[in-house]
Amino acid sequence: MSESTARVEAAALETTRTDNPVLAVLRTSFGRNLGLVVALLVICVVGVATAGDRFASADNVVTILRLAATIGVISVGMTFVITGGGIDLSVGAIMALSSVWCTTVATQDLAEDTHWIVVVVAALAVGAGCGLVNGLLVSYGGIVPFIATLAMLASARGLAEIISDKKTQIMQVPGFADFFNREILGVPFLVILFFLVAAAGWVLLNRTTFGRRTLAVGGNPEAARLAGINVKRHTVYLYVLLGLCCGVAALMIVARTTTGTSTHGGLYELDAIAAVVIGGTLLSGGRGTIVGTVLGVLIFMTLTNVFTLNNRTLSEQSLLKGAIIVAAVLLQQRLASRSNST
Amino acid sequence: MTAGPLLQMSGIVKEFPGVRALGGVDLDVRAGEVHCLLGQNGAGKSTLIKVLAAAYRPDEGTITWEGRPVSHGSPLAAIRTGIATIYQELDLVPDLSVAENVFLGHELSRAGLSQRGRTNAVVRDLLARLGHPEISPTRTVGSLSPASQQIVSMARALSHDTRLLVLDEPSAVLDQGEVDNLFRVIRGLTAEGVAIVYISHRLEEIRAIGDRITVLKDGVTVATGLPVAETPTSELIRLMTGRSIEYVFPERSHEPRALGAPVLEARGLALDGVFRDVDLTVHAGEIVGLAGLVGAGRSEILETVYGARRASAGTVSIDGKPLRRGSVGSAVKAGVGLAPEERKSQGLLLDQSVYSNITISSLGRFARGGFLRSAAEKRRAEELTRSLDVRPSGVERAVRTLSGGNQQKVVLARWLLRECRVLLLDEPTRGVDVGARSEIYQLVRRLADSGVAVVVVSSEVEEVLGLADRVLVVREGVVVHESPADEIDESRVLDLVMEGQVA
Repeated sequence: MSESTARVEAAALETTRTDNPVLAVLRTSFGRNLGLVVALLVICVVGVATAGDRFASADNVVTILRLAATIGVISVGMTFVITGGGIDLSVGAIMALSSVWCTTVATQDLAEDTHWIVVVVAALAVGAGCGLVNGLLVSYGGIVPFIATLAMLASARGLAEIISDKKTQIMQVPGFADFFNREILGVPFLVILFFLVAAAGWVLLNRTTFGRRTLAVGGNPEAARLAGINVKRHTVYLYVLLGLCCGVAALMIVARTTTGTSTHGGLYELDAIAAVVIGGTLLSGGRGTIVGTVLGVLIFMTLTNVFTLNNRTLSEQSLLKGAIIVAAVLLQQRLASRSNST
Repeated sequence: MTAGPLLQMSGIVKEFPGVRALGGVDLDVRAGEVHCLLGQNGAGKSTLIKVLAAAYRPDEGTITWEGRPVSHGSPLAAIRTGIATIYQELDLVPDLSVAENVFLGHELSRAGLSQRGRTNAVVRDLLARLGHPEISPTRTVGSLSPASQQIVSMARALSHDTRLLVLDEPSAVLDQGEVDNLFRVIRGLTAEGVAIVYISHRLEEIRAIGDRITVLKDGVTVATGLPVAETPTSELIRLMTGRSIEYVFPERSHEPRALGAPVLEARGLALDGVFRDVDLTVHAGEIVGLAGLVGAGRSEILETVYGARRASAGTVSIDGKPLRRGSVGSAVKAGVGLAPEERKSQGLLLDQSVYSNITISSLGRFARGGFLRSAAEKRRAEELTRSLDVRPSGVERAVRTLSGGNQQKVVLARWLLRECRVLLLDEPTRGVDVGARSEIYQLVRRLADSGVAVVVVSSEVEEVLGLADRVLVVREGVVVHESPADEIDESRVLDLVMEGQVA
């Protein structure tokens, strides 16, 4: 029965495309991104209208981007995990643990004796290691991602507190801050790094065998397995990749705040997941968009900025964020159901 | 009972934007008859039964129930009128008990508290009426076999005091013995005056159970109320397809081909509790068929050869080189391909494009340093879809939008591209309409002629005998017979698979 209905659906889909040009455009991946750009522009217009030059200044734009960079890098990694059919609640905790590990006295001493790159290696290794544990638990332990990464969330933050003794550790390695906080052509390196990670993520997802396999694993793991893809190993790779992104994010936040602490990255998992979902990546896996994720992050950060400039409270921001998530997902479902309804 | 038809539909039209799914359908069903609905995929059968179940509202046409015109509002209204539908994909909640499923939505309760004892008793009666008193009302539905689940669905329909029962391809999930039981149940129901609308691809079933036939083609009734007994099969096929075709199997190359060294060899293969001591040898260019009941272990043998299940004993080797146990990757690397039984859930990435479904097992060939060359991928996929005549063409459309036969061609194209040495086909024509079936058969034969070793599993004995060079009959996990296909006939196979079974 589904063959014939599928055919009818396909035809129905094609005609609604011509019926309603707005919906039709929104349904393509280009259109979805366009919708996000429009949303971003609307927020910017509100920003200019309410805060004027304080919003529209170059300094402010850079501030938004600098803040967006950390969560942005994590969201890019999160896009892969979600596209591959998983979820990771531990990203904020992994980032905190990374930031603490790379700012311990031992690490900093070693870095001062040798080279600041030691800090970078430490952060990335901790991130990737946590991701590896997540991946192994999910793939080979058979624990559902929600639970496995929930456990990691608790453990990683706990470990970060033990290592740092709940104290804020100051990053004092000389070359490190200079490298990460410099500007290139007036653009902070952190922002450039974010866009580099995003560009690499886009290429990886859309132009490589790794990306294609990610879509297959998330879209139908059983079919992927029977097509000869090593689904378990690939899933591990996805979590390691996200762990690495958390390591990069840790370096960025250490550079920006000059501190490593177990309190970094509180609720980052929610912001990252929200940005990914708003961007148009399917929470059930099988479809992912890096451009959408980047736009999702920018929308959230610009919104936060507009609120801050208008002296509105954090609580009001959270309230609106929630509303935006619901609205975005409702819209996506509406679009999807029009192409999938039976 | 009323003398006139229980249900009469006339001139039913249902349009979706851009598609006329039904363009004037007539159907009349009498109480106590089995009315068969025949038509190829896409002929409009599913749409029609959804109209009947009031899931769709018809744009034109009239429906009368016991002579009174009705306009169905919602699925609930249809059920209250006494129409129930059992869809192909069973709509049961796997984690609830049998009784809870049967009364889902109309639970027996008093003052808001469910009456479990009474519910279980009623369900036990219903199951007994359906000839399955052994199914416990308290058992979890997910733990039942597909056949038993179907019985639960029917019990649910009966719990509504159903007068008309629509069965959409009920035999698709059943083996021969279970089909026989289904027929017994159906005869019992018709004897009580319940009308059955029976949808099936299998003409032999319609012969066995049907009273009258309505044939749909392209959303239009081309014949209605044909008496089953007096209508020849060729006439039915002509009506369905608009052309006269027989069920065509490709010619075997009859000269005793000098078979080369065996390509696939399984020795003493076993899977605990499913099958044991299976020896299977397939030469290049040979098609070997596995016949047997559902549950006899046929599919499991294929999946174990493929490494999707981990053998508990025995070896599988390709060209003499053993495969790693339980490793699909090792099998694929050695050139083995599987077209799985559940095409949609196991074979395809439904929402992804035709070309990425074709290239998914050969991505390395289109990659340089991990980077995919999509243009080359699409070009190659286009060549393949053209040579397999996948319709509609266009390699960027989602596989979901293709019909069953064309989806199967996409799966075959995947393994063609991979240039595999061994092809394992599990129910290659399930859900594939008659016309496309012949094409699939031709294609499989062509593959074999080009030197591929093919293993086919099918519930349809006719298919195994028609397609394969050599036949293995599997019963309860043991190979009980092996011979060239032309030295055994359908009734002998059925004898073999049924032997020792309580018929």
